[in-house]
Amino acid sequence: MGKSSISNNIRRLRFNANEMTQQELADKTGVSRQTIVAIEKGNYSPSLELAFRIAYIFQTSLSEVFMYDPDKDKLRNKKLK
Amino acid sequence: MEEKMYRRENRILFSLITTVIILGIYALYIYNNYIDSNPEILNDLKFWGKTFIILVPIMIVAQIILHIIFAIINKIITNEDMPTSEDEMDKLIELKSLRISRWVQSLIFFLAMGAITIGMHIWVMFVLLISSCFISSIVESIAQIYFYKRGIKHG
Repeated sequence: MGKSSISNNIRRLRFNANEMTQQELADKTGVSRQTIVAIEKGNYSPSLELAFRIAYIFQTSLSEVFMYDPDKDKLRNKKLK
Repeated sequence: MEEKMYRRENRILFSLITTVIILGIYALYIYNNYIDSNPEILNDLKFWGKTFIILVPIMIVAQIILHIIFAIINKIITNEDMPTSEDEMDKLIELKSLRISRWVQSLIFFLAMGAITIGMHIWVMFVLLISSCFISSIVESIAQIYFYKRGIKHG
């Protein structure tokens, strides 16, 4: 899969939250650890609900967790051409 | 080194390989015991019905046993329990894989009807119809493994 237009800071946020493990985050968000791994690697973009849940767990805003890069958005770039 | 963890694609791969092995053994058994000695039986629709009806419970029981075996092996290797429910990524992967599998099934169904149209034996259609179930299931598993490995996007 190509580079995703959405990147994230989950690894850093977990580190700042007393080295929260992927399993702990998975348990708190109600998904599997495999899904957390996929999100961290940028292999899966979570639903809006899950994204907000992750931000809520770290007590931060959504934009602090996820970043959108329009230049990497293939669909947007295709429509602009 | 990456820590060992439970991965759904491993269970799917395990299930895929064992399904192919069981199907192969069953097909070999049917061939050696029925078709080899009496090739005319291929035109008997009752034979095909019985072959398929017996195969279904065999596959169900085998899958249950293999699921338990995999859960034990997984627990030993990763020390993690298998999740009992699917999350949003699992559901998305399942949906996309199912769509691919339905296309394959439709294609084989079309081929089966084509075989009848061009005057091939009725058993060719029957074999194609039975195969469509298993081939589409295998394709679905391969698609799932691919999406788990490579990642998946909405839309």
